[in-house]
Amino acid sequence: MRVLKSLLATAALATGLAGAAMAEDKTKVGFIYVGPVGDGGWTYEHDQGRKAVEAAFGDKVETVYVESVSESNAEGPITQMALSGADLIFTTSFGFMDATLAVAEKFPNVKFEHATGYKQSDNVSVYSARFYEGRAVQGHIAGKMTKSNIIGYIASFPIPEVIRGINSAYIHAKKVNPDVQFKIIWAYTWFDPAKEADAAKALIEQGADVILQHTDSTAPQAAAKEAGNVITFGQASDMSDYAPFPRVSSIIDDWAPYYVARTKAVMDGTWESVSTWDGIGAGMVGIGDISDAVPADVKAEAEALRDALASGEYHAFTGPLNKQDGSAWLADGETASDYGDDGLAGMGFYVEGIEAEIPSN
Amino acid sequence: MIRLEKRPQPSKVWGALTPVLAVVATMIAGGILFWMLGKDPLEAIRTIFWDPLFHETFGPYSRPQLLVKAGPLILIAIGLSLGFRAGIWNIGAEGQYIMGAICGAAVGLAFYPSESILIFPAMVLAGAIGGWAWAMIPGVLKVKFGTNEILVSLMLVYVAENILASVSQGLLKNPDGMGFPGSRNFRDFPAAYNTDLIEGTGMHWGVAAAFIAVILAYILLTRHMLGFQVRLTGEAPRAAKFAGVNPTRLILFCLGTSGALAGLAGLFEVSGPSGQVSIDFNAGYGFTAIIVAFLGRLHPIGILLAGLLMALTYIGGELAQLMLGLPGAAIQMFQGMLMFFLLAMDMLSHYRVRWKAPVAAQEGAK
Repeated sequence: MRVLKSLLATAALATGLAGAAMAEDKTKVGFIYVGPVGDGGWTYEHDQGRKAVEAAFGDKVETVYVESVSESNAEGPITQMALSGADLIFTTSFGFMDATLAVAEKFPNVKFEHATGYKQSDNVSVYSARFYEGRAVQGHIAGKMTKSNIIGYIASFPIPEVIRGINSAYIHAKKVNPDVQFKIIWAYTWFDPAKEADAAKALIEQGADVILQHTDSTAPQAAAKEAGNVITFGQASDMSDYAPFPRVSSIIDDWAPYYVARTKAVMDGTWESVSTWDGIGAGMVGIGDISDAVPADVKAEAEALRDALASGEYHAFTGPLNKQDGSAWLADGETASDYGDDGLAGMGFYVEGIEAEIPSN
Repeated sequence: MIRLEKRPQPSKVWGALTPVLAVVATMIAGGILFWMLGKDPLEAIRTIFWDPLFHETFGPYSRPQLLVKAGPLILIAIGLSLGFRAGIWNIGAEGQYIMGAICGAAVGLAFYPSESILIFPAMVLAGAIGGWAWAMIPGVLKVKFGTNEILVSLMLVYVAENILASVSQGLLKNPDGMGFPGSRNFRDFPAAYNTDLIEGTGMHWGVAAAFIAVILAYILLTRHMLGFQVRLTGEAPRAAKFAGVNPTRLILFCLGTSGALAGLAGLFEVSGPSGQVSIDFNAGYGFTAIIVAFLGRLHPIGILLAGLLMALTYIGGELAQLMLGLPGAAIQMFQGMLMFFLLAMDMLSHYRVRWKAPVAAQEGAK
């Protein structure tokens, strides 16, 4: 027994040393995922970003990841990753925020990047994408395409990012179709095919013939396909398996350029804590191919809108806009600011016209 | 020809051996699974079972984590085991865990930012009461109306989850949280924070409570009349009736105790390792504890060991994902196998395996 123990200990030591030796030559980049890499949406796209890092630097990097990490229990996996010698760690869900900061404090030499959060520190950067720009294009197509004038929206959690998306989609749907009405279901999950399918079916039963989703699985696409006359949009990922119908377009998160750039910064020793918020223009948000199910004129308008957002000549939140309670928000021609009171970063209200309430607010 | 013969009494030897056999069988079947995924099975098993304890880099961090993870599992499982022994099936510990956390956290947050030393004890009390009250619902419904406690307690988990979502965004939401859901973090509230009793050991009040619960449950079951009644009701319900066991009292006692312990586990978790009330605060401890209770043969010492083992597979599983790139689903399958093999091997304690030539074949040979 003692022989066995010492053998095992030697083996453990050897692998430990090998790991440490390897870490010296290679830059080790870790990823903490909230869902499985095969979710076909949010986590899938982050994992594509990880693969892009591998492709860009080849032997010079080693990437590792832990998937399906519970948001209330993330400190363990993040700590283990830091212990394993990671130089740079991306934590890719809002709920990892406090855990990321807590671990970062214990590992001042490791760089951390937290997606979609708002707490920064010396070794924690935050980054997010202006998904609401994509929602504007989506809203435009949805408003034009709906026949029942009821658009269903599967929301995840009532946080600013999701509320921004609902507002942006609504504003642009309403602009092209004044009779449009939004029905919103809160799923309280980022990824749960069963719950998402239930939500989609409930919305279809209430007369929705367009389903927008802020959850990551393809279950709503499947439900729409079954219903036959309902259109959907890919979320986070292109979801092109459901093209050209029901999926008529998509919002694609493209994290690859950012991940590659940040890894490069660590390699060059130029990494600094930053706050990044990029949109269509910088390529962090992509609009997936608009399929033939969309009439050519609508497609052309949507593409023009996309290009205007990308060039910055149009802002998705341009006044005149009122808040849901009727109070003024943006004056004619005024655009929303990112931060501050009523800024986009902490958006906690609906715009005028949405007939729903943000839960518990 | 193999025949199964029912034993007059479940075998004690096999009863103690089967959990060990189940673990070994899980290692073998899991090893095959990992091998089919293209990983070295021995390395995978070693990463899961050995590295969290003895790896020079990970060990010092993982060993305390083992207690942090095992604490709530043991605390809940001890409570559940009392009822399970008496044939009272509380499947809703997850809900009681949530309600304990909410009630306890609410008491603490109500007094923010006070520094009184009475806050934490008050939270503990509120946590236990929250879990107890939530378990009393199936309890009272069962004794008054004869409803099925399995169904009622399970359904109440979903109710509790919705209450959790609601308070995370309303009642208990952090007023300084920029509109994001989730309560204040207890890390920033020292008087209410359930920190390590000895720095760096992972030994927080919840772990201490789990150990105390193990000892008390052991004494209850071996030395106390109530414990005898619990065992008797499970093993021989008719005899229990003749012996004057009051079933109403027993049902309320078992459900109440398991609820209170689950509530305590929730409170210790929310005020310590997890740190805040959030929409997805519950991570399934209440359900996993059911496996732990059975893996530990409903015996306090067994549950202690089973809780530690289960915690080991969680931590080792994360490590295996990180170090070997094993998919998360493979780790979950591995944990599922443990329960599967345990139930399958239960047969050995209830049945005797006999090798016998079939009668017809013997006659044919004549």
